[in-house]
Amino acid sequence: MKKSENTTDTTATNASRRDFLAKAAVVGTVTIAPGVLLHQAARAATAEVEVEVVEVIELDAEPDKNTSRSTRPLDQEVSDKNRWGMLIDTNKCARGCTSCVDACNEANGLEGKTGPQDTQYIRKVTLKSKSTGHETSLPLMCQHCESAPCVDVCPTGASFIRADGIALVDRHICIGCRYCMMACPYKARSFVHEDIKNQKLSAPRGKGTVEACNLCVTRVDHGGLPACVEACTAENHNAMIFGDLKDPNSPISIELRKYGGKQLRSDLALNTGVRYQGLNE
Amino acid sequence: MPFPTVHEPKDESKKCIQPEDEMRRNHMKYILHERDETMHEGIRGEPEGLSNCIDCHVEPGDNGEIAGIESKEHFCNACHQYAAVQIDCFQCHADRPQKYIKRDEHSSSLHQQLQQTLAASETSAKGVNQ
Amino acid sequence: MSKIEYTSVQGKSPAYFGLLGTLGLFILAGLLAAYYMEHHGHHVTGMTNQIVWGLPHVFAIFLIVSASGALNVASIASVFSKKIYEPMARLSALLAVSLLAGGLVVLLLDLGRPDRLIIAMTHYNFKSIFAWNIILYSGFFVFVGAYLWTMMDHTVYGYKKYAGFFAFIWRLILTTGTGAIFGFLVARSTYDAAILAPMFVIMSFAYGLAIFILLLMATYKWTNMELGDAVLRRLRSLLGVFVAAVMYFTIVFHLTNIYETQHHGAEKFILLEGGIYTTVFWIGEIIIGGILPLLMIFAPGLKDNRNSLGLISAMVILGGLSKVYVTVIGGQAYPLEIFPGYEVSSSFYDGMTYSYSPSLPEFLLGLGGVAVALFLVVFALKALKFLPMSLSDKAVDPHAK
Ligand code: SF4
Ligand code: SF4
Repeated sequence: MKKSENTTDTTATNASRRDFLAKAAVVGTVTIAPGVLLHQAARAATAEVEVEVVEVIELDAEPDKNTSRSTRPLDQEVSDKNRWGMLIDTNKCARGCTSCVDACNEANGLEGKTGPQDTQYIRKVTLKSKSTGHETSLPLMCQHCESAPCVDVCPTGASFIRADGIALVDRHICIGCRYCMMACPYKARSFVHEDIKNQKLSAPRGKGTVEACNLCVTRVDHGGLPACVEACTAENHNAMIFGDLKDPNSPISIELRKYGGKQLRSDLALNTGVRYQGLNE
Repeated sequence: MPFPTVHEPKDESKKCIQPEDEMRRNHMKYILHERDETMHEGIRGEPEGLSNCIDCHVEPGDNGEIAGIESKEHFCNACHQYAAVQIDCFQCHADRPQKYIKRDEHSSSLHQQLQQTLAASETSAKGVNQ
Repeated sequence: MSKIEYTSVQGKSPAYFGLLGTLGLFILAGLLAAYYMEHHGHHVTGMTNQIVWGLPHVFAIFLIVSASGALNVASIASVFSKKIYEPMARLSALLAVSLLAGGLVVLLLDLGRPDRLIIAMTHYNFKSIFAWNIILYSGFFVFVGAYLWTMMDHTVYGYKKYAGFFAFIWRLILTTGTGAIFGFLVARSTYDAAILAPMFVIMSFAYGLAIFILLLMATYKWTNMELGDAVLRRLRSLLGVFVAAVMYFTIVFHLTNIYETQHHGAEKFILLEGGIYTTVFWIGEIIIGGILPLLMIFAPGLKDNRNSLGLISAMVILGGLSKVYVTVIGGQAYPLEIFPGYEVSSSFYDGMTYSYSPSLPEFLLGLGGVAVALFLVVFALKALKFLPMSLSDKAVDPHAK
């Protein structure tokens, strides 16, 4: 598995755009692998600002054929032209494998504790069919519903669906009432019960607010994949596909068109962004 | 209480996005604007973001250590303590540049933990589901 | 129309200050508990990511629901023009606002970020029933406040009828809204029922009235003022009707759930297999909160027996707390059914019954809310004239035999 985060000491000072790129390129030969995106460099390419490159989010080098990625320039608003989603093939998901969970914890700075009060963005669920006894395992996380119950109930509007379909909690205005946790059909959300120190720069989180899988929104915005998908692919299990549900030519759309994909609790008609295959009793 | 001195970046060639006077008075407006744009519209990497303030202004002191947000040596806290204005940023946000964030080694036993919980819950789930 | 003379309590006796002081201590304990919870995070409570609403919510919801019901006496007097209730309308309205204030304090102090109250007041998501409730609660203070004003200030006395009417309508909406908080949780099979909202209205009638009766009897006893049997007889049978109605709704609620196949698991859980929740349901909600009070209310031998009325009211309150406990906590303890047809297990406790052991701070916070409500009443009774000089049979209804 790749390390999903790296740090460099690169400084681009007093740089015009061209200077900056030149410097980044120089440094690039030292630490940055192909395909790596800089936390702020991407933005710097479109505006003449001075930035210090502090965080490098290392994304896997070769976009594989199974994904479609965001190509939106970072100074432009997200729009509803895209809808990001995931397709999970439970037949390919290996029982006992927790690569996706580990990668998520690592990417979001979670400690991976599993007490009743601890946060879990993604978890491995083991299913045993009551009728056939068939056992399946699958990763379960926020399903990024279109008509999300968490959004409907949130009194302050802290829970919201971004234009491109990603469900987020604006923890600046979350009051910690936990009504969204009551409403979510998938138990996708966690409440932060304790003070948190040493958060990652790209994954702020704190006591008294609610959090959940955010589809690795920072990585996705930078043209990357959610950490879980990346890890699953790196393990060669390939159980998760990420991509744009609104792009008919994206691998995820093609796959869904061909083989379909089930929504969990489809009776609630939430139009989830995460779909599952292979869930037949 | 002595009037706080603002930590200037050691690298003197660095320039703030606005003159000091403006920042002193209105930094929160820049940060707030940037906050909502990033959160809701996905616009990232603007120079007005909080992390950029931190990148330049929070550096290790003479002893090589970073003064955390509780300390009045911390760039933000120096003034905020003086002015008795609470900061609400650092309950969630990192108080130092990423390169100075020391995280515990990721627990490698997670895998085992998970297996144990799975085993435990399987036994107890049986009792419940019947 | 005969004039009713009102008075305030003198409030000079050591007993009065003792009472205020005791309530003050409980409030202090509640505040300390809240501070402790906020400082350490909800880590120090029994609440988890599975049981996300705990004891504070049980108290808060009970108080808020009762608040609306406490207004009953006033509503019957002004909206339905029943003379005998008229003198008690002020006290009824006072109790209503106090209970609501107590409940809201608990709800607020349990938030993960109570310091962000201002955000809750300025950012509204109008789709959220919770946000609507914030508006409903504020409105309740305004309407009942206005109603009290029309009752107490003779220059605006003419508007009393209208104020009373609006307060009446408002409190019906308010309780419906409180019930709808749960009704909207479609994902949880334990809450997914339209009947919850009207059931909350009926619950409010019963609990509010029970608290009112206790308050009335205690006040008149401690102030040595006259409280006749006529009034209590009325209140007693009214309480009987309400308790019976709650029982009726409870039965219908559970029968419908038994009828609907997808609710079978949840229903079986509450009625048979839920351990503590099943016990609390049968003993607390049904026996203590329903059957026993009904038997005692209509037992001919206990007619005009004040101790029994006190006991009945206390039992109704206890039963009410049980009912809210079963609804709020029991409803969460039953696992979400995400994968029907499968046995489920995970590191996040999927498929398991969740356990909850309330912690002391939560309990103290809840009690603190009750204390806030009572403190406000006791204090207001001294500050303004809420109490009719006499509620003797002759005073309330001169024509009664
Ligand atoms: S899965 Fe839950 S948290 Fe995620 S969008 Fe749907 S309701 Fe909200
Ligand atoms: S806990 Fe936060 S995000 Fe969830 S409903 Fe309450 S305010 Fe909204």
